[in-house]
Amino acid sequence: MTDIKPVEPAKIREVLARNDTARLRLWLKACTSCAICADSCFFYLTNDKKPEYMPQYKVRKTLGELIKRKGEVDREFLEEAKEIAWGRCNMCRRCSQYCPFGIDMGVMIHIARQCLRTQDVCPDRLMTIDESYVKTGNQMEMTDDEFVETCEWMAEEGEDVIKGLEVPIDRENCRIMYTVNAREPKYYPQDIQMAAQVFQVAGESWTMPSHGWEATNLSMFSGNVEVAGMLAQTMYDAAKKLGAEKICITECGHAYRAAKYEGPYWTKQPNGQAPVPVTHAVAVFHEYMKSGKIKLRHKFKEPVTYQHPCNLSRNGDLAKLGVELLYMVAEDVRLMEPHDEYSHCCGGGGGFIPMGPDYKKLRMVSGKYKADQIKATGAKFVLAPCHNCTDQINDLNKEYDLGIKVISFKEILCELMVIPPHLQPDEEEAE
Amino acid sequence: MYDFVNGPFLWIAFTVLIFGSIWQIGSLVLRSRRTDKVFFDHAKPGWMFASIVNWLIPYGSRSWREHPGTTVLTFAFHFCLIFAPLFALGHVVTLAYNWGVDWPSVSDPVTDGLTIVFLIAAAGLLIRRLVKPEVRIVTGPADWLLWAITILPFLTGYLAAHKMLLTPDNMLMVHVLTGGIMLICLPFTRLAHAFLFFFGRAFIGSEFARRGTKTW
Ligand code: SF4
Ligand code: SF4
Repeated sequence: MTDIKPVEPAKIREVLARNDTARLRLWLKACTSCAICADSCFFYLTNDKKPEYMPQYKVRKTLGELIKRKGEVDREFLEEAKEIAWGRCNMCRRCSQYCPFGIDMGVMIHIARQCLRTQDVCPDRLMTIDESYVKTGNQMEMTDDEFVETCEWMAEEGEDVIKGLEVPIDRENCRIMYTVNAREPKYYPQDIQMAAQVFQVAGESWTMPSHGWEATNLSMFSGNVEVAGMLAQTMYDAAKKLGAEKICITECGHAYRAAKYEGPYWTKQPNGQAPVPVTHAVAVFHEYMKSGKIKLRHKFKEPVTYQHPCNLSRNGDLAKLGVELLYMVAEDVRLMEPHDEYSHCCGGGGGFIPMGPDYKKLRMVSGKYKADQIKATGAKFVLAPCHNCTDQINDLNKEYDLGIKVISFKEILCELMVIPPHLQPDEEEAE
Repeated sequence: MYDFVNGPFLWIAFTVLIFGSIWQIGSLVLRSRRTDKVFFDHAKPGWMFASIVNWLIPYGSRSWREHPGTTVLTFAFHFCLIFAPLFALGHVVTLAYNWGVDWPSVSDPVTDGLTIVFLIAAAGLLIRRLVKPEVRIVTGPADWLLWAITILPFLTGYLAAHKMLLTPDNMLMVHVLTGGIMLICLPFTRLAHAFLFFFGRAFIGSEFARRGTKTW
């Protein structure tokens, strides 16, 4: 159906006009085509350094053409641009750090994606997810009732580990409103239970909203900025309604970036700050460990490396805290090179994972860089505080026989934390 | 012709350079006030400064360190590009004679040296453009042309000083002419990166620093 639909240049021009900022003009004018950005990009490195994969070229062939032709393009062009904007760039923004002029190719690809999205040109799965968000408020099409039931079920089950384990829903005036990636309630409800255990042991005052609990913001990557803004707003509104002091995002990367850094602009907040401060599980767990609210029986003993999610460590502010937290909980930390904000994307970001099987092959090629990095550390475990990184590295593990296991901070904490006597289940019940 | 090039043309070139640059910068800043809320919300002088300065130092940024060869060429090229004309004895004397402004100059051999280093670096960058596929693919006619526009004043300056190829007077005229063309092109072509650099770095420095990320 999409094949026969005529292109609507006016809609493309609308996006271009909205993004016609001084900085974009500067970027277009200042680039000296020096190609210093080329080898900062893992797509370029893992595709035999084919020049077509260098960042500036990718921008030229997408946004550059759209601007030059003022949106007057045909379907054939749109399909090629789609293959570049989603199949060859993850908007990880590493190249922006390497360009002498700070030209932000990631942001320019994002504008290209917005243009393409207006023509319904976008990987199908991402478009479906946009629809799910509009219909149900989350990417997995769960109803709020199902979500609440899952939480109740998890609380009940978790009582074997923590006496009186709670997953408080819609509790007012808590310090933290916790929000999750919808795949947690859908496929990995244990994640919610583990978070609850950590919170309870730390004596946290926390809650989850019955509506507005979805943290992922994949519309940021589909290029549908309206839906992206709607999601951010729903989360902010939930926190305001419950009078929560902070929003805490689960161990997920793009959810944090969207809520803390991009959301305020989509929703036109004054000063570019979220109306309720946004924090992340990594920061909160760090605080627990540092203050001694959580104590470990002993540190994690196996060699472990840290996957810096681009949206936490480069596009979010958590590079240092993440590594510090890992050192607090693990004995044998082996960092990849390069790490922190200069870390490479796992190859699953920018919407790649949810783009589904059609893109898996590409994902495995571009992920080779990460696979090699992991191998070089000799670690047996990879700590990935992000769901997309987790999925991608699990796939890489199979593809490249890495023989590793991907874990999260919650898992380590739950395995090793000291449970205070009053929270230990009674003997008979535990048996 | 000679009189025109050395007189009015030079005036025109400097006027275009100055007003063209002011216009480019002014219109960007004005547009920026309207469109770059994200910059004004988070800009911090310290971040901007760090992001600019580290890129002005050879090997000061991670990217420079990871591209050692390109870095040497780039810095040699730009250093000589700025300092050879600024301190060339011929230029300083001409200015002092015509306008009465004066500043220190370097001896002719030093100017020659700077010019030769510049030309070698320029040749190096040209070869890089030719042989590296990732640079070639993004190089178009404008890039070759701008390269030529940039090196011609230096080449002709050197030839004039050493009385080569043409009569000194004629070569001097070509030198002034090519120099003027470069100045005129500066605000309106990619050469504008000369001043856009500072604005671009100021923006990206703040944009990433607010996310705890260094851009150097
Ligand atoms: S984007 Fe930056 S690094 Fe890449 S070619 Fe342009 S100026 Fe060079
Ligand atoms: S944003 Fe990331 S993936 Fe995209 S071109 Fe730059 S380095 Fe490559």
